[in-house]
Amino acid sequence: MESILLRARGVPNSRDLDSYLARGGWEGLKRALAMAPEAVIQEVIDSELRGRGGAGFPTGRKWSFVPKDHPGPKYLICNADESEPGTFKDREIIEYDPQMVLEGIAIAAYAIGAHTAYIYIRGEFFRWARLLEEAIGQARSRGFLGKDILGSGFDLEVWVHRGAGAYICGEETALIESLEGKRGFPRLKPPFPAVVGLFGQPTVVNNVETLACIPHILTRGAKWFASIGRPRNTGPKLFCVSGHVNRPGVYELPLGVSFREIIYEHAGGIRNGNRLKAFFPGGSSAPVLTAQDVDVAADFDACAAAGSMLGSGGIIVMDETVNMVEVGRNLAHFYAHESCGQCTPCREGSDWCLDIFNRLLQGLGHPSDPEQLLRICRYASQGMTICPLGDAFALPISSLVTKFREEFEAAIKRSRPLPPQKLPVMPWTGKDIRFGG
Amino acid sequence: MKTQAISATPPEQLQQVTFDSAMEARIEELLQRYPTKRAALLPVLWLCQERYGWISQGVIEAVARRLGESPAFVEGVVSFYTMFFRQPPAKYVLQLCVTLSCELCGAQRLAQRIKEKLGIGFGEKTADGVFQLVGVECLGACGGAPVLQVNQDYYEHMSEEALDQLLEELAKEQ
Ligand SMILES: Cc1cc2nc3c(=O)[nH]c(=O)nc-3n(C[C@H](O)[C@H](O)[C@H](O)COP(=O)(O)O)c2cc1C
Ligand code: FES
Repeated sequence: MESILLRARGVPNSRDLDSYLARGGWEGLKRALAMAPEAVIQEVIDSELRGRGGAGFPTGRKWSFVPKDHPGPKYLICNADESEPGTFKDREIIEYDPQMVLEGIAIAAYAIGAHTAYIYIRGEFFRWARLLEEAIGQARSRGFLGKDILGSGFDLEVWVHRGAGAYICGEETALIESLEGKRGFPRLKPPFPAVVGLFGQPTVVNNVETLACIPHILTRGAKWFASIGRPRNTGPKLFCVSGHVNRPGVYELPLGVSFREIIYEHAGGIRNGNRLKAFFPGGSSAPVLTAQDVDVAADFDACAAAGSMLGSGGIIVMDETVNMVEVGRNLAHFYAHESCGQCTPCREGSDWCLDIFNRLLQGLGHPSDPEQLLRICRYASQGMTICPLGDAFALPISSLVTKFREEFEAAIKRSRPLPPQKLPVMPWTGKDIRFGG
Repeated sequence: MKTQAISATPPEQLQQVTFDSAMEARIEELLQRYPTKRAALLPVLWLCQERYGWISQGVIEAVARRLGESPAFVEGVVSFYTMFFRQPPAKYVLQLCVTLSCELCGAQRLAQRIKEKLGIGFGEKTADGVFQLVGVECLGACGGAPVLQVNQDYYEHMSEEALDQLLEELAKEQ
């Protein structure tokens, strides 16, 4: 497939506005401004673009939920939090082609009728926040952003807003709370942000990669976009491959290629000629898949059919040397650290799982541990929490227990016998010994 | 790439904080971006951390006064996020990613090496106040695992040799 989202990679001074214009940049916005906003939304619906942030929600449909006759302001938020473990694609886009993100933002804002857009970028990304600021300055000075864009009468200001270190702020409602200057506590949905979002106004939150697709859809047409990939799973996708592969990195491929192709052809196969053991197909919050699943197609529907999810497209590869109990401990550590603390099943459950993993690895396992882990996970998922962070830790951890049960049993076998867990209870003699009998 | 050292204002100078006109101008500019003052809280805190190196109680009170919030509210926000320092940091804060891809690619070996070279573990600072080691969660750069962030800069594909060299260079810098 030709390079689309990463076509600027390797081009000298690719971030520069002139370089972007030479690639046909900002043409999509020109087309959009000549169309009615509803027609722009329809074009995106027809492209069948699905969100690249994790949930795979159809982008055009999300835009169409924004009330047209809303009397107050509306907002667009570009989610550049990139916090899902295994994901490092948005940074790649910003590094090589920030103007493309800005153009996507401008088109989306025009379509939903927003005049202010915020790019929420994780605090650790100092460099990429600076790159975005520079890009905004350039675009503004040439009339692509700001007042009366390209003489169309459409105004748009774009601001970069930096987070300060919190995974949960990638979740859209936590992000909105954080942008409002508060702790990043997710909100109950509904109402959905498209109706009640930032500052109580209708708000669309889209991932960087999602927005980066928009200029291409407008310049080359929905039909062209939908011809890439498979039905309902259209367009190019950035796959981030990390872990035990020879060539970790970001690869742009059509949705629906197999994980085998991604891991073995593009990422150069498993390090040291080792065997593949397992992989997380869509960031660490997706249930693990095993070597047998390597021919599954990397798209939203095929991953769901295989019992996992494509998520953000972060593929974490593990070879035969990896102990899955240790993987579980690492993930439990992450989620216990990142749970915002509002909901008991998530706050306590993630910490409890971490305790169990630590015990298992210290030779203090108990035969009931696998069941206990599954029970904790059951209560933290299935809508028991305000936001999906509960599922995000429960699903991968329970998948590790179910698919690699023997490694948990082995850890238990290696364990020293624990002291009795119950206090010794006096056998009932039928007589009340307190009163002598 | 030359990583800039953090210069932290000593605590005794941050007990009572008043913003000078340069800070005021930047805060004023930030406030223009949002319909509420509260929304400028994170950017203003970042401004303070850039300026003073960390967020003292005095800074929290000054920010609260400026934005019309209670100090308790501001402290609640500060404590939610991991990147705001509540204590003066070392000149170089070594933020070692310990999440899955980095651990698979040898993050623990780097932690071990830092322990050998500098004698510090996670959460510790060297006696001369030059280095501090923090374990952090996924930095969004897993393709470059293992990843080490020093102050604002990312160092990727860190081998033990590259780490030794980096530590030497940074120690020489100051
Ligand atoms: C715990 C959690 C973390 C998330 N982190 C991110 C993130 O870092 N970046 C992102 O774009 N979306 C993230 N999301 C998804 C967002 O909530 C939201 O669905 C997405 O930004 C919508 O954009 P899209 O429709 O373009 O995919 C996260 C969701 C959850 C539940
Ligand atoms: S796991 Fe270390 S950067 Fe993502």
